[in-house]
Amino acid sequence: MARSRPAAPVPGRGSLDSLLAAKEIVVACGPGGVGKTTTAAAAGVMAALRHGGKVLVLTVDPARRLADALGLEGIGNTERRVPAEAFRAAGLKPRGQLWAAMLDTKQSWDALIRRHAPDERTREEILANPLYQNISGRFIQSHDYIAMERLYEIHSEGAYDLIVVDTPPTRNALDFLDAPQRLADFFSSRLLRWLIVPYRSKLVNLATKPFYQIADRILGTQFLADISEFFILFQSMYDGFVERAEAVGRLLEDRRTTFMVVSTLEGVPLREAEFFAHELTARRLHLGAIVLNKVLPTYLQDAESAAVAERMKERADEAASALVPVLAAADPALGDEAQIRRVLTEVADSFLNFRVVALRESEERSHLADTPEVLATVPFFDTDIYDLAGLVRLGEQLWE
Amino acid sequence: MTELVDLRLVFVTGKGGVGKTTVASALALFASQRGKRVLVCEVDAKGDVAGFFESSPTGFKEKEILPGLFAMTMDTEASLREYLKLQLRIPVVGRIGPLAKAFDFVATAAPGVREILTVGKLCYEVREQSYDLVVVDAPASGHIVGQLAAPQAINDLVKVGLIRSQTDWMLEILSDPTRTGLVAVCTPEEMPVNETIELAARVREETTVRLATVVVNRVLPELFGRQEESVFDALDAPPAVAALDGLLGGDPTPLLEAARLAVTMRRTRSTHLERLRAGIDPAVPLLYLPYLFTRSHGLRTTRQVASSLGEELGY
Repeated sequence: MARSRPAAPVPGRGSLDSLLAAKEIVVACGPGGVGKTTTAAAAGVMAALRHGGKVLVLTVDPARRLADALGLEGIGNTERRVPAEAFRAAGLKPRGQLWAAMLDTKQSWDALIRRHAPDERTREEILANPLYQNISGRFIQSHDYIAMERLYEIHSEGAYDLIVVDTPPTRNALDFLDAPQRLADFFSSRLLRWLIVPYRSKLVNLATKPFYQIADRILGTQFLADISEFFILFQSMYDGFVERAEAVGRLLEDRRTTFMVVSTLEGVPLREAEFFAHELTARRLHLGAIVLNKVLPTYLQDAESAAVAERMKERADEAASALVPVLAAADPALGDEAQIRRVLTEVADSFLNFRVVALRESEERSHLADTPEVLATVPFFDTDIYDLAGLVRLGEQLWE
Repeated sequence: MTELVDLRLVFVTGKGGVGKTTVASALALFASQRGKRVLVCEVDAKGDVAGFFESSPTGFKEKEILPGLFAMTMDTEASLREYLKLQLRIPVVGRIGPLAKAFDFVATAAPGVREILTVGKLCYEVREQSYDLVVVDAPASGHIVGQLAAPQAINDLVKVGLIRSQTDWMLEILSDPTRTGLVAVCTPEEMPVNETIELAARVREETTVRLATVVVNRVLPELFGRQEESVFDALDAPPAVAALDGLLGGDPTPLLEAARLAVTMRRTRSTHLERLRAGIDPAVPLLYLPYLFTRSHGLRTTRQVASSLGEELGY
């Protein structure tokens, strides 16, 4: 999707409001610990409130954070509607419906096998294979593919007007984008055939023999046999799998899909987010929005206030003694000069401390490259967001 | 219980964004300042460790970046090559091409293989005693359990063969609380605290590694004591604001507002700290590192964190 892009954000040019109204899938991505899950949930809540229709928030994070944020106990792999009472209790009248689901990697893999297995016997053998159980349950790369697969599955069923997906915390932010292609490549690998051949025909040719000698010595024959069995079984599902993985890849590139990169203005996460935004563009994926969370208030950058803080420190003695009668007038217990002095110094120091951070972050923000149409900034909330009302508070900031 | 810096192998994990690499780097620096020979290994090759020490990029071959402090980046394929050379005495050079492909394939097919090569290389450095301490900037808390449980998982899967004979000594090192420990880093925020409590439970149930310490990073300073807070409230009222405005020749409101925000943030966070303390085994110590109001990250910051860490450890 080639698209011209403004060099700098044009105010009023785009909003999350119009972006979410126009797309069917919003993929929230970015570094860990920046409020990605909460932002995705807030975007979903706002779309349900303002746009109507059926909105699904699909979280793939194993930490069950969305459940916390939405006040839903134990949401699972199947989509569940956020109860209307929850909205009513928060004084909200949504125009549409909000649904939520959490990705269960194991369940999703099992479902995938059931769908693709040619017959009952193959299905049961795969489900019982020790390697399969490890891949689907214990080990880590399997989250990435299954997240995108599940997104595809839900989207193709067509039950929702908008799906907001929260991406898994990957080692590398791009893993989940590559996952469908990697899986397709994997199943079409020549090595896969190498591995399977001897267990089919006992015929090991000269080219593959050294490989077997090494593999046998490292892994042991039984393990190798388990691997081979697993892939022989998987071969029967090869076409279905590859086709599916390619379809998942196409969906991500589709015009109906957009990406929302979430970050804070802290150095390390921001650089990761920038890299991500850059990669999305390079892969011709639609970078719809950048959301910057936990941004400190702008008044901290004010030079005039900084000067006041400096004077407050310098003249703390003078100010404290002048304030003794003022404070004592309200409550005699508060007229302790030394204490007033300490409080004034703390207030001034705290302002100047936070100012250092605010200035650094503002500088970081001005360097932000690859700015998409929507650049939303969310202030540092002084309390946690743990309910619908909180999500709306956050969502309203996003919407502006 | 063995002190943190007296362990031989320390895995540092935490939810993304809490300062895992900062703490790993600071711990390594602190131990090296105490005269230990330290290796810091970055498992997710993002190059952040080099950034924290302002060194040139690190690779699989360890490199001394400060006196007594060595750094390396994990590369599972290089690890396999090294392993084959040491263990099998296979003439690797001639077979490196197909081997690399085969490795990539087997590692994807049996995903425990990648993890075992990482853990294996780290345990190897411990066994060979090339270092007093190996600090691992490990995968994030969502992934660390899979990593630490890999030797056991491989043990369950592979009944014979060379790999099997290798997992036994690895498990012995990992399970020894006087040698190996896990450090979980979190910030005093809701989700990181939840995740840390979950992690502690999973590590106990699914791995043989002991949770040695929880490091709470970015703890905000407490501005006021109880009585001082009443003074602050009185300062934030119109008569005092007007008086301050006159005295200082400028509106003090933004200063008071910023202080109010700092106090509220600190208070919200302290409830999470209480939850953390209640949710973690009382035998596991909690260390607190202050929020740093600094211009940038880099060696200077790493030194600051290292010295705070030292203070918390009682040095």
